Amino acid sequence: MAAPTTLPSALADAVRDESSLRRFLHGLPGVDQVGVEQRAAGLGTRSIKKASKLHAIDLAISMVDLTTLEGADTHGKVRSLAAKARRPDPERPDVPKVAAVCVYPDMVKTAADDLVGTGINVASVATAFPSGRSTMDIKLADTRFAVEQGAAEVDMVIDRGAFLSGRYGQVFEEIVKIKEACGDAHLKVILETGELVTYDNVRRASWLALLAGGDFIKTSTGKVQPAATLPVTHVMLQAVRDWKDQTGELRGVKPAGGIRTTKDAIKYLVAVHEVAGPEWLDPHLFRFGASTLLNDLLMQRRTQLDGHYSGPDYVTVD
Amino acid sequence: MSDRLTVAKTYKLYIGGKFPRSESGRSYPVTDAKGTFLANAAQGSRKDARDAVTAARKAFAGWSGTTAYNRGQVLYRVAEVLEGRREQFIAEVASSEGVQAKKAQSLVDTAIDRWVWYAGWTDKIAAVLGSSNPVAGPYFSFSTPEPTGVVAVLAPQQSSLLGLISVIAPVIASGNTCVVITSQDRPLPAITLSEVLATSDVPGGVVNIITGRTAEIAPWLASHGDVNALDLTGAPESIRADLERSAAGTVKRVLRNKPSEDFTVTPDMSRLRAYLETKTVWHPMGV
Repeated sequence: MAAPTTLPSALADAVRDESSLRRFLHGLPGVDQVGVEQRAAGLGTRSIKKASKLHAIDLAISMVDLTTLEGADTHGKVRSLAAKARRPDPERPDVPKVAAVCVYPDMVKTAADDLVGTGINVASVATAFPSGRSTMDIKLADTRFAVEQGAAEVDMVIDRGAFLSGRYGQVFEEIVKIKEACGDAHLKVILETGELVTYDNVRRASWLALLAGGDFIKTSTGKVQPAATLPVTHVMLQAVRDWKDQTGELRGVKPAGGIRTTKDAIKYLVAVHEVAGPEWLDPHLFRFGASTLLNDLLMQRRTQLDGHYSGPDYVTVD
Repeated sequence: MSDRLTVAKTYKLYIGGKFPRSESGRSYPVTDAKGTFLANAAQGSRKDARDAVTAARKAFAGWSGTTAYNRGQVLYRVAEVLEGRREQFIAEVASSEGVQAKKAQSLVDTAIDRWVWYAGWTDKIAAVLGSSNPVAGPYFSFSTPEPTGVVAVLAPQQSSLLGLISVIAPVIASGNTCVVITSQDRPLPAITLSEVLATSDVPGGVVNIITGRTAEIAPWLASHGDVNALDLTGAPESIRADLERSAAGTVKRVLRNKPSEDFTVTPDMSRLRAYLETKTVWHPMGV
């Protein structure tokens, strides 16, 4: 097994071979389920108002990976999404642009052509998204195709079947190879926490992805329920914080799926601040995978600035 | 004499087919006309009104999409359940409005009849207010009335049941959904009406009932960007002009009926017509 970067000796030791990897992952402390759920719920009650709320809304907008991953996607839909990414609220030019547009590989070129020079990245899902059930060659080809088309970020899915059967080495190898195929593109590793069942598994998968070189760990594909939840994101934020403590490197977290309201988004931002740290309140290190969330953020922003409630008639339909 | 203590009630709001407490956690005592304590009612806040508008918007597509005939059936069913609660309504109207049992009985009967009257209108509105228009060209042109959307209703302060029903029924008969702020001091018949609606076939969110201070909540509904029309009937005189002005900011339809409206008189179509938009279609006739 090849470690992607120079790791401190304890971690380098963990990736020496499959059995040491298993020993390392199973040696991670277990997650206190009641504790993490209580803490997540507790932080969720923080009241963020007025100027802080407005700031949080703008920050959340700049963290959105505006996503369309439907079988019915058309080039036209992707282009209108790109337009929305550039200028989320056309009547208000001071609204920040989103972080990235996330599409299927065959739509990457359409999005990339529309986003040249805007500073907005194109992210592409790859590796037989969303199930990840295909051969390694196909997954690699899928990734290379996305990158060639202009994706600056690749969202891969892990092989949950292999992970749940304990074949950690196989999952690790896959992530390492995909990371190589990505070249300069950032790699986000989708753990699909809804299929991992326990918080302990989420912690193990997070560490596995970090060890293998994932730049981001992402909760879900959005195709499986439950998708992102606050406690799961807590566990993942703890993993990137611990990773920084041990290696000095900053890795990102991306909750995706099921985050639809501004209230939810702000709860996540509070968790980021409290669990990982204020450094992570940055679009380079924290993203929201979402489509409907953006409209709610824009409506709440209008509510804050106009002094009265806004409605869906004032944002774009998508 | 029985020494049993009666169960004092603390009522909740009716939003999206559920009975939540006020987000603010507040409640206020409701008394009868002589000042004797009757029950506690939830004192709704602007955030309850916001949640109610969200629920009403969510219910709008389904409710406006049902056939007029079906809407009529659903409303008749409500009248059946109202009839079943007749004694309770009579007692509540008598204590709230301080009228004799006989007068209360007549008010409740008129209220139920009023509901049936509007239920009958559901499948006749299009025939009366729609038209096929003679035009100078080879087109078939026709107009149909469509519901305007979410209506904020400030229910009459005096007439606690008959007035309430006279303002809600015309809104939902044509397919709109509504957020109702009840009479501030006489909310009990409205709360019972919410129990009737919850146990009949009206989908959750079509009628949302908020008890509390009208003057506190109404401005938030008048300025709300997702409310399409505003009924000022129960608005305090001091804020009517302000409400109308802020409703103009989002181009709402505003019904300016006076608080002194006499609800015992059989109404005309004006309340039905107030919450309708006219859609006109031009269709090439072909050969």
